[in-house]
Amino acid sequence: MWRIESARVIAALARMVNDIGLAEELAQDALVAALEEWPRKGVPDNPGAWLTLTAKHRAIDQFRRRDTYQRKLQEIGLDQELRQESAEAELDDALDDHIGDDLLRLIFTACHPALPVEGRLALTLRLLGNLTTAEIARAFLVPEPTVGQRISRAKRTLADKKIPIELPPPAELPARLASLLEVIYLIFNEGYAATAGDDWIRPSLCQEAMRLGRVLAGLMPEEPEVHGLLALMEIQSSRLPARTAPDGRPILLLDQDRSRWDRLLIRRGLAALRRAEELGTLGPYGLQAAIAACHARALTPEATDWERMAALYRLLAHLTPSPIVELNRAVAVGMAYGPARGLEIADSLRDERALQGYAQLPAVRGDLLARLGRAEEASAEFRRAAELTRNARERDLFLERAAAGSVTPGRP
Amino acid sequence: MRYLVTFKATAQPAGPPPADLMEAIFKLGQEATEAGVMLDNSGLAPSSEGARVEVSGGRLTVSDGPFAEAKELISYALYEVRSKEEIVEWTTRFVKLHRDLWPGWEGESDILRLFGPEDFAPSA
Repeated sequence: MWRIESARVIAALARMVNDIGLAEELAQDALVAALEEWPRKGVPDNPGAWLTLTAKHRAIDQFRRRDTYQRKLQEIGLDQELRQESAEAELDDALDDHIGDDLLRLIFTACHPALPVEGRLALTLRLLGNLTTAEIARAFLVPEPTVGQRISRAKRTLADKKIPIELPPPAELPARLASLLEVIYLIFNEGYAATAGDDWIRPSLCQEAMRLGRVLAGLMPEEPEVHGLLALMEIQSSRLPARTAPDGRPILLLDQDRSRWDRLLIRRGLAALRRAEELGTLGPYGLQAAIAACHARALTPEATDWERMAALYRLLAHLTPSPIVELNRAVAVGMAYGPARGLEIADSLRDERALQGYAQLPAVRGDLLARLGRAEEASAEFRRAAELTRNARERDLFLERAAAGSVTPGRP
Repeated sequence: MRYLVTFKATAQPAGPPPADLMEAIFKLGQEATEAGVMLDNSGLAPSSEGARVEVSGGRLTVSDGPFAEAKELISYALYEVRSKEEIVEWTTRFVKLHRDLWPGWEGESDILRLFGPEDFAPSA
């Protein structure tokens, strides 16, 4: 029950007291009260509203005890009559349309650009995912006190800078939304990067990010990038069951058993992508989702629409120029129009500073060279890729390909 | 964790379900969808429109519905949640609506966890 209601209760309280830390404490107190009272009196019909109301009363009691009572009341827009209001009216208030906006305010505040990225991640998982500090620490492979510090520092920063818990003004919305989506996608990727055998909590970050993405899609249904990001996450995670072999070895996308892809997530991802497309031009997340969809739609690797994918990469490179996007485009172009065309793009990236030491560059070149029949050069590239990667499983894969490439016809 | 929730009626008063109930069901479904936990759901047509394929004593038989059981499966839902407690809570809310808004109605929901990638992870 708490997992379902906590974010909404905290969000409603944060609106009232305009302090995230205080809102969280009040919500926890209300939960303790519930654990005492519910076993005796039974669970109320609307547990969330009960919790919010209880916490609200505690907030008022607390302020009343303080000298600053009057001032604070004015500050938060409450007055003494509030207590006399019928409980019913307050329940309605806690129930009705505020909820969505409260949550949105809370998400935007937790992901405020004034906070460092780690602070945003920790605060979002704490307040909206209701993960404990210990769980967050395990998920990000950092010590628990570090996470505790990140959270308390983030809360302090919000208080010190007097950042109001409110929706961003229209002019700031694009930048603030970008910050928010970035946090959700970082959470997702942290989980996606986890390998089988890792602590269960790490892969579950994917679920948490997708849940946040779905919540956000409900709260901001008009934003194409919100649906774009959700589509991207749903489609990417559809491959989770297929991307590791029983012995833990990673399986490359084109070698995966597509019958193990999660069709439900693909269907949901494609639907979210369609919504993003209907709402306007695709942004970076929407484009990445559209690229992922090229794989998801293909029932066999041969059925992949590489031309479309190459075109989408070109659009993505236009929106967010990056050598890594270019390298991916080289792969798609190599599949769509032949290895020579792909190699042309990959070769042009050899002097990119950002790609020095990046194992995928020689790996991609190796693959294109091998398909061109230039086996010796291909082997050299795969050996180089094996040297560069820090992932042992990947190294084995590259060395395997280096050995395969060096076997040219006519030689033992 | 993904859960399949089935929903069966054992005793159903005559006539269509009350409008209040339908509205409350719709609202709860919307809430679960917006909370990001409901992945999929659908009502199911009476088993008289379905069929059963069965193996018994080495014999394969295909028979048309309706099925003989007293309980008609009337809907299913797929949820993605973080704990069993959470799915029990959502399901309780759903079943409770029927108790409160359709007097005389009786039925049950079964909650079953789907195996996921975590069940097939290699032992580290």
